[in-house]
Amino acid sequence: MAKIVAVTGNEAVANALRQVNPDVCAAYPITPQTDMMQRFSGFVSDGKVKTEIILVESEHSSMSACVGASAAGGRVITATSSQGLALMNEILYIASGTRLPIVMPVVNRALSAPLNIHGDHSDAMGARDSGWIQLWSENAQEAYDNTIQAFRIAEHMDIRLPVMICLDGFIISHSIERIEYLEDEQVQNFVGEFKQLYPLLDLAHPVSYGPLILPDYYMEFRKAQAEVNTKVPEVVLDVAADFEKISGRKYGLFETYRLEDAEIGIVILNSAAGTTKDVIDEFRNKGIKAGLLKPRLYRPFPYVETGEALKHLKALCVLDRADSFGSSFSPVYMDIASSLYPYNDKPILINKIYGLGGRDYLPEHAEIVLNELIDIAETGNVKSYKEYIGVRE
Amino acid sequence: MKLKNWKEVNPGSVITEPGSSEKFKTGSWRSSKPIWIEENCIQCLFCWIYCPDNAIKVKDGKRGEFDYEYCKGCGICALECPGKKGNKAIIMVEEGK
Ligand code: SF4
Ligand code: SF4
Repeated sequence: MAKIVAVTGNEAVANALRQVNPDVCAAYPITPQTDMMQRFSGFVSDGKVKTEIILVESEHSSMSACVGASAAGGRVITATSSQGLALMNEILYIASGTRLPIVMPVVNRALSAPLNIHGDHSDAMGARDSGWIQLWSENAQEAYDNTIQAFRIAEHMDIRLPVMICLDGFIISHSIERIEYLEDEQVQNFVGEFKQLYPLLDLAHPVSYGPLILPDYYMEFRKAQAEVNTKVPEVVLDVAADFEKISGRKYGLFETYRLEDAEIGIVILNSAAGTTKDVIDEFRNKGIKAGLLKPRLYRPFPYVETGEALKHLKALCVLDRADSFGSSFSPVYMDIASSLYPYNDKPILINKIYGLGGRDYLPEHAEIVLNELIDIAETGNVKSYKEYIGVRE
Repeated sequence: MKLKNWKEVNPGSVITEPGSSEKFKTGSWRSSKPIWIEENCIQCLFCWIYCPDNAIKVKDGKRGEFDYEYCKGCGICALECPGKKGNKAIIMVEEGK
C-alpha cells in the first residue's frame, strides 16, 4: 500500500535513495542539494541503510570517488547543484565514457557569476552533452519516481550509463507537497540486485579501467557509446511500464497536455510546466486550442517522437530556464527546432527565456506567451524569435 | 593484428585480458635507435634498470640485445651507460640513417 506523506522534494528523493539502499555515496554539500544529502547521511548514521558514505573535499572528488566505487563494483550515488555540477564536469565524461551506472539527483540552480543560489536550469544544461542520461521532474512526486526508475535505466545491461535526475532548486527541493511513497520492499524488488560489468574487486577476473585509447580505436569507442544512446528511449519506456504496475503512475519520454488537437503550444521543463498547464486550462475554457509538451527524457533527446508530437501545431514557443550564450537560441529550443526540421509543415517556432536565478514564473507570463502565439498563428507575423521575459527593460 | 570494429570493443574501454599490453608493440614510436657496442659493455645492467619500458633483455644475469619491438628510443639507457674507460656501450643513431 502506498503511504501518503507531506514532504519536500529533497526529502522525497532522499527517501527514494534510502529505499534503494545503495552501496556507496560520495557527496559534497551545496545549496539547494545540501539538505537532501544531509537527510541521506542521517539514514547512514541511524543504520537505516548499509551505504558507505565518503565525505570528500569537493565535487570533483565526489564524482571521482563515485567513478572508483562504481568501477570497483558498487551501486553508487551522489547529488549536487550548480557550481558543484560545474566542478564535476571533467569527471562526468569519465563516468559516462567508462559506462558506469552512477545515479545523481541534480537540484537545479543558477550558475555564478553573479552568485545566486536559486533555481534555474543552467547547471544541468551545461552537462547536457556529457553523455549522462537526464530525466527531468516537474514536482516532488516525479523526482521521487524518476530517482527510483533511474537505477533500472542506468543499470540495464544494454545501457550502463549514468543518470541525472533534475528537479528545480527551492521551488521543488524545499516546498512541501503531497507525495505517495512506495513500500521499501516494492522499491527493493523493483530495482533488484546490482550487478556490475567487470568489477575491479573481482580478483578472479582482473581488469584495467581507464586505458589510453589512441586514434586507431577512439572513434570505435565513441561510436559504440553513441549507439547505446539510441537504445535508451525504449528502456526508459519499459522501465516506466513496470513502474506503473507498482505505482499506478504513468511516465513516458515526455508528457503531453491537451496537445493532440492543439493549434498553439508551449514546450517547457520542470516545475513551470505545472503553472503553464493551469493557464492552458483557462485558455481552453475560452475555446482556444492550446497545449503543452514537457520533456522528461531530455538526454538522449527523443527527437523523432518529439517532432511527431509537435509538428501539427501552427505556432509553438519553447520556454527555457537557461540561455546558451553566444549560440543562436536557448538549449531546449535548439533541440525542438532540430526535431521539427525534417517536416515541411511545421509550427512557427519562437523562444523565450524566463525564470533565471529563481525569478518567479507567473501565470501572466504564460498568458503573454499564449496570446502572442494566437497572434502568430493567425497572422504569421513574428515580432521577435528570441526574447527574455519577466525582465526589466 | 586485425583491428576490432565498434561492435566488438568492450563497453567503457575496460581491458579484460590481463597482461595484454605485451601485444601492443610500440617500437614504431622511435625516432632514434640505441645501438649496443658489446666490447665497451661492463655488464653493470644500469641500462636494464633505467629502461622505462622492458626493452633490454637479460638472460642468466647477462645483458642481451635490445628488444626493438618495444624500445621507444628515449635514450635514457645511452645517457646512463658508464661504458668502459669513457667509451659508451650504447649510442643513439637516428632512425632511417
Ligand atoms: S632507448 Fe629508452 S626504451 Fe629504448 S632501450 Fe633505451 S631506455 Fe629502453
Ligand atoms: S649500461 Fe652500458 S655498460 Fe652497463 S650493461 Fe648496459 S650497455 Fe652495458
